[in-house]
Amino acid sequence: MFEQIEGSQAVARAVAACRPEVICAYPISPQTHIVEGLSRLVKSGRLAPCEFVNVESEYAAMSVAIGASATGARAYTATASQGLLYMTEALYNASGLGLPIVMTVANRAIGAPINIWNDHSDSMSQRDSGWIQLYVESNQEAVDVHLQAFRLAEALSLPVMVCMDGFILTHAVESVELPGQEQVDQFLPAFEPRQQLDPEHPLTIGAMVGPEAYTEVRYLAHYKQMQALDLIPEVAGLFEQRFGRSSGGFLRHYRSDDAGTIVVALGSVLGTIEDVVDELRDAGEHIGAVGIRTFRPWPADEVRAALAGAKRVIVLEKAFAIGIGGIVSQDVHGALAGLPISVHTAIAGLGGRPITKASLRQLLADARAGQLAPITFVDLNHALVDAEIQRMLSARRSGPHAENMLRDIGIVGAGPV
Amino acid sequence: MSATRLKYFQTGSFAAGNRLVDPDQRSVQSDPGRANAITCGHRACQGCGEALGARYALDAAMRATGGDLIATNATGCLEVFSTPYPESSWQLPWIHSLFGNAAAVATGVAAALKAKGNTHTRVVGQGGDGGTVDIGFACLSGMFERGDDVLFICYDNEAYMNTGVQRSAATPPAAYTSTTQAVGDEPGATWGQGKSVPLIALAHEIPYVATATIADLRDLERKVQTAMEVRGARYIHVLVTCPLGWGAASADSIKLARLATETGIFPVWEGEHGDVVSVTKIRHQTPVEEYLKLQTRYRHLFLPARREDIIERIQARADRNIARFGLLEAADDDPLDLQVEAGS
Repeated sequence: MFEQIEGSQAVARAVAACRPEVICAYPISPQTHIVEGLSRLVKSGRLAPCEFVNVESEYAAMSVAIGASATGARAYTATASQGLLYMTEALYNASGLGLPIVMTVANRAIGAPINIWNDHSDSMSQRDSGWIQLYVESNQEAVDVHLQAFRLAEALSLPVMVCMDGFILTHAVESVELPGQEQVDQFLPAFEPRQQLDPEHPLTIGAMVGPEAYTEVRYLAHYKQMQALDLIPEVAGLFEQRFGRSSGGFLRHYRSDDAGTIVVALGSVLGTIEDVVDELRDAGEHIGAVGIRTFRPWPADEVRAALAGAKRVIVLEKAFAIGIGGIVSQDVHGALAGLPISVHTAIAGLGGRPITKASLRQLLADARAGQLAPITFVDLNHALVDAEIQRMLSARRSGPHAENMLRDIGIVGAGPV
Repeated sequence: MSATRLKYFQTGSFAAGNRLVDPDQRSVQSDPGRANAITCGHRACQGCGEALGARYALDAAMRATGGDLIATNATGCLEVFSTPYPESSWQLPWIHSLFGNAAAVATGVAAALKAKGNTHTRVVGQGGDGGTVDIGFACLSGMFERGDDVLFICYDNEAYMNTGVQRSAATPPAAYTSTTQAVGDEPGATWGQGKSVPLIALAHEIPYVATATIADLRDLERKVQTAMEVRGARYIHVLVTCPLGWGAASADSIKLARLATETGIFPVWEGEHGDVVSVTKIRHQTPVEEYLKLQTRYRHLFLPARREDIIERIQARADRNIARFGLLEAADDDPLDLQVEAGS
């Protein structure tokens, strides 16, 4: 049934349909509406049996999920930004213990400077945490991928992070087809844990492991992610068969088959990119887009196959590794090793800066003219940066960057952006 | 609270005292059918108070629940010495996640059991003082204020012993640790720092808070049993001797714990819903010096020159505990105490 619904509320409904048994929640924008929606469902008794635990931090949220999952309960939480960083230690622990927790990350920038708007710095910082990372382009996909996430997590005994753009998706009201409970029950089998804290069968979980087996335990985490490379398309295929629409899987190909230039990106920005691709296709350019839906495990073979025919690949990233450049780009480079393809990184949309069609057209025009640098910071205000660099050169006590640059800009909204 | 308080005026094993009471009142540890929740073969040091405390506490909890118990554990000595995998001392379902989250993991276990409609299986969280009063404090306080159905037990040996005796917020003033060396004008741990987590637990107005020591293990068993008869968040703070960290003879572990109570340094009490409801009286009040001089962590108070000023300050702290908790006044509802008074 289609409904006009906010992304967060749609995700809450999808998660509820997966019958979680323990939900732990700590508020952080832009994730909060999701757990608010779930709280209402639990408190009203419509989502039973389920315990909703209002914890005192994200670190506790993930820890409660760990305890619940190890006791055989289907556990869910959601977070973003600083919250994701605050639970980092527990994230590694959940994956190390092999606990199939599902978590929504409402992608948001991380500070300093504090910033509540969207980019991918938060989840990208956890790319090596051992969690499966799935990125969604739309709220429909967010709903669909959450159902798949529980199935994947429990089949593999690995935690899964569903990454959806904060505000752009979480707060957008659009038409979404919500799955029926019966459909979900048929798609998602009951959780059968591989390990469970059970007085009838006492187990020690979380023992210290020394050099004699640590490598092997870590290798198994990798092995299970490699298993996910088989399972992710299988689950996506089953989903399509049952629900009649395509969601999830590794990649989204958009007019990329014969494209000489392909833009690679993750998340909601693909919509804007696809509009620009259409425009440029109409103008006769051979251009396409590839969306990364599964970032961990990294589907290297599929990425290589999708991009092998291109001459130029531009990886548009909403995050970057300070001191080197693109994050996804490095993986794309690896996937394309040995192929005569130039890979460029475009850093865009940091801290919620809009990625406009005009900016993308300029980026692609530069590429067409052979003027695209290996790394481009899209729409970087060079004058603003140069002024601050001058300040640093002219005085030792030049003050804090953020405040200086904001003063240079003046009152937000008072002048041209 | 239905657990019966028994007093054994003897030292050594409980065997003699046990013979005088009904079988169901005998100590858990004297029961050949006890759970041995943390069984032999672990790697704790000789004279480890934490191993002793954990054994008595968990066996009591196992008896109280008929063995229907799950334990969570913070990183620390107890975790390390009990699970040199593939060996594990734990004879009950046990999970170690992180240093700071044992209380939250316990909350998760309790929430899962509740969601599954399991009202019989109970949950115990455990940690040392570092995992409880410092890095685990936020999760512990959160568990308390939500009233999650968890008994959390802190085995307090007053420093980070697992990492090599660094100062924690449970380290007493003037004590040497490897981050509060016995140098300078005010040697050892800084005065005016540290916190009492039992009193902070009490301030959460949870149903049950107790302190205990390994000198009175029957009392510890009773308190665990009492705690398991209550639902909601409960807290027991057990003073456990650390021969390594305190610089004491392994054979003195019990003696030191007893001196900690007899000097007033460690008050032993019980609280319910925010009020202290009982205290364990001091039977033979002892000057703090008797406690301090058995531990090399206080050696700088006696060598090379006696630091009367610091010893007096520690005595004043103990005296304040005695006055605050009424540790010396004879309890008129306790004939055994009166007999001791009369006979001494």
